Amino acid sequence: MNTQWEAVIGLEIHTQLATKSKIFSGASTTYGAEPNTQACIISLGMPGVLPVLNEDAVRKAVTFGMAINAEIAPYSVFARKNYFYPDLPKGYQISQFELPIVGKGFLDIDVDGETKRIGVTRAHLEEDAGKSLHENFHGLSGIDLNRAGTPLLEIVSEPDMRTAKEAVAYMRKLHELVRYLEICDGNMQEGSFRCDANVSVRPKGQAEFGTRAEIKNINSFKFVEKAINHEIERQIELIENGGTVVQETRLYDSVKDETRSMRSKEEANDYRYFPDPDLLPVFISDELKSEIKAHLPELPEEKKLRFKTDYHLNDESATILTSSRDVANYFEEVVKLSHCESTICANWITGELSAALNRADLDISDSPIDATRFAGLVARIADDTISGKIGKQVFEFLWNTADSADDIIEKQGLKQITDTGAIEAIIDTILVANEKQAQQYRDGNEKMFGFFVGQVMKAMQGKGNPAEINKILKIKLS
Amino acid sequence: MQNKTITQLAQGLRAKEFSSVELTQYFLNRIEKYTDLNAYITVTANQALQAAQRADVRIASGNAELLTGIPMAHKDIFCTQAVKTTCGSKMLDNFIAPYNATVVKKLNATGAVNLGKLNMDEFAMGSSNETSFYGAVKNPWNKNAVAGGSSGGSAAAVAAQLAVCVTGTDTGGSIRQPAAFCGVSGIKPTYGRVSRFGMIAYASSLDQGGSMARSAQDCAILLQSMAGFDVKDSTSVDTPVPDYCADLDKSLAGVKIGLPKEFFTADVNADMAKALDEAIEEYKKLGAEIKEISMPNLKYAIPAYYVIASAECSSNLSRYDGVRFGYRCENPADLNDLYTRSRGEAFGKEVKRRILMGTYALSAGYYDAYYLKAQQVRRLISDDFKQAFSEVDVIFSPVTPTPAFNIGEKLANPVEMYLADIYTIAINLAGLPAMSIPAGFIGGLPVGLQLIGNYFDETRLLNVAHAYQQVTNWHTQSPNLDN
Repeated sequence: MNTQWEAVIGLEIHTQLATKSKIFSGASTTYGAEPNTQACIISLGMPGVLPVLNEDAVRKAVTFGMAINAEIAPYSVFARKNYFYPDLPKGYQISQFELPIVGKGFLDIDVDGETKRIGVTRAHLEEDAGKSLHENFHGLSGIDLNRAGTPLLEIVSEPDMRTAKEAVAYMRKLHELVRYLEICDGNMQEGSFRCDANVSVRPKGQAEFGTRAEIKNINSFKFVEKAINHEIERQIELIENGGTVVQETRLYDSVKDETRSMRSKEEANDYRYFPDPDLLPVFISDELKSEIKAHLPELPEEKKLRFKTDYHLNDESATILTSSRDVANYFEEVVKLSHCESTICANWITGELSAALNRADLDISDSPIDATRFAGLVARIADDTISGKIGKQVFEFLWNTADSADDIIEKQGLKQITDTGAIEAIIDTILVANEKQAQQYRDGNEKMFGFFVGQVMKAMQGKGNPAEINKILKIKLS
Repeated sequence: MQNKTITQLAQGLRAKEFSSVELTQYFLNRIEKYTDLNAYITVTANQALQAAQRADVRIASGNAELLTGIPMAHKDIFCTQAVKTTCGSKMLDNFIAPYNATVVKKLNATGAVNLGKLNMDEFAMGSSNETSFYGAVKNPWNKNAVAGGSSGGSAAAVAAQLAVCVTGTDTGGSIRQPAAFCGVSGIKPTYGRVSRFGMIAYASSLDQGGSMARSAQDCAILLQSMAGFDVKDSTSVDTPVPDYCADLDKSLAGVKIGLPKEFFTADVNADMAKALDEAIEEYKKLGAEIKEISMPNLKYAIPAYYVIASAECSSNLSRYDGVRFGYRCENPADLNDLYTRSRGEAFGKEVKRRILMGTYALSAGYYDAYYLKAQQVRRLISDDFKQAFSEVDVIFSPVTPTPAFNIGEKLANPVEMYLADIYTIAINLAGLPAMSIPAGFIGGLPVGLQLIGNYFDETRLLNVAHAYQQVTNWHTQSPNLDN
């Protein structure tokens, strides 16, 4: 970015709450059903129907509020946001306006080794709209109301971010948090976690904000970063060329990597918000708050700290291993079952297992190697039954078969050779065959030591105990 | 089978003097004979006769309720599964409801026989039943006069005995005013007493379902089966429903009846004032204490009502967009055309007027001055009533300034039409129960008196109405329909 300019970014994130039924009806929220098969008379906005609030959505919103140290409104109100659109069955969306359920809170993010606090202005409950489908309808539009009425928690940040990188860090942090709290499945492809970004620029040092543009519906971390960066550049270029930024809503086109205008402020709807007379205000009692607080899971920050202290992990490992509750649980399970040093468990999970999962595009919960079998591998490495190198071979078998590590080691004959007699015999043969190299080592070329270790390992098909090999080699070469 | 109360008919059914099928057929014949009243939009004769057969079986088996086998009808605002539910509008002329309103479900469970769906002002917006897409309902006492509205079909059906008892809804007087105009009894219970689920919304914070019949006692019997908490309606109230007939015959000795001086002014027609004075005398004779009270904020009720009701209706009626059900214009050019023509062609003038007023009142920059202010006024009015009920048990007032006016007379002047609801509207703003019972005739047309009760005190209200009906016979008069 041009050094004279500073960007100001605020995010509105729509998280779909993982309730079984919709926010104001008993219809299922399961994703991917045939169009309109999960649209009950309430989802359809039939004449005479009334909304009834899903308590689970309220609990999940309060859970979120507590996790970001926010004020929970003792009294909040649902309001109608009125506008016409075919996938909005009632002609209004039930949302919260003046009195949202979650008030001011914050989230700390880490960017380039520094911690920054990002304010959360509010989070409010609302119902999702349906989907308009414009393809395959021969010039007409199709409407699928399965999603209509799905509970959303819209989380609005303060304009506290200054770079796209910070915005992504905030979004990731929030994504991690809502999954930790198990209030949202975080599935971005299915639209469970969507982002609108408000972006403006101002000359560095200026206190007032510039005019902002809102970029709608960005559904990946990568696109958020690209869209914001693109928008910042567009605004700076516009101003530097003598133009002015207009307040408008823009769409990010990921194919062309650009944002384009959707509607200007003048064209914006007057939503005519007013309290929904069909719903009573929501009262959150202190008892409910304490009950939810008592059931609040350990949050990522706390868990990371505990992992560092209890398991002696470095910051990087602790961060990776607490990136989701599933990963953390897997790690703790492996430590418990393998009875061995936590750092070895950490290294093998963050190393070999993570890489394999990434390659296969799998979540740890879908890992072909469960914690029990993985613990079996780590235990054999820790007790020197196999070397790290052989461990990688065993890992491959674990990944591709259902056998235990012990069975694999046994069947494949991978057990490490610690018999010093056997190692000595092999070393003697190799030293004889490589007289010249041995002399070089003795003359001070220390690199040659590695050459000999390699030769011995090769001769022993990787099964030699490295410590023993080193020890004996040192003696024989001296 | 005519001129009988629900209790008398239930006895006749049990004594096998007549069957429910015979009784139902008798009412179906009357409905057909007096179609000129235009009380019904839809008559469900076949379903009614089938229901009557089932009722006869149930009565014979000995587990019948009071309403089992009694022919009644619903205002066409209540959704009835597999039956056309129009709300008096062209918009829903093709709408077959896919479900039953809670009120319909509850009454079906009693074994009551539903004869059909009753005419009403379009979306319950009107005071004369003239805004109905299906045409005005004629007043059975004088076919040139309006039946009142919006439950005009309901009131006319009871007066002409085209049903024993009926459901109605009341947003600003829609049960009480037509009841007064047609000489029948009607009760609008406390807001939250009767479920609104399946009752097509006009103004959600004011709408309330109730019962209409030829006596307070019959209103009580019907209301008993309609009332109660409903998990499907968050604004329904979870308190037990008392036995509404238990206190009907209680003495009125010592009961304090309040007369709000703001309601007894020169605006009340002289003949009307005389009829009301006579009713007050009856109450004195029954042992009630009459006390003048003051409710200074009542004068703001009409403007506050029209802001709030219009605001809510502008939003409630947004779902009629031609997309999923109801009327759709032909060959829409695009989405905007679909909306504007579907709504433009299917909504009537009064509905459009209120949608426009409500949209305006909620618009950015006007919200505080209209909607918010109206809500403040609403609270002041509620406070006035709270104060009044600390002094009296029941409030007595006119229902309407005049008897029924002629069809067409006030159509050109909406404000004059709105003023016809001056005595009833404040009660909806406060959410209180109230009823209208016949109190005499002026020029051959019935007039009513209004009784207003404290929250959830329907039992007392029905007691005070019933006591009056034990010493008067206005409510047993029947119009001559054959002239």
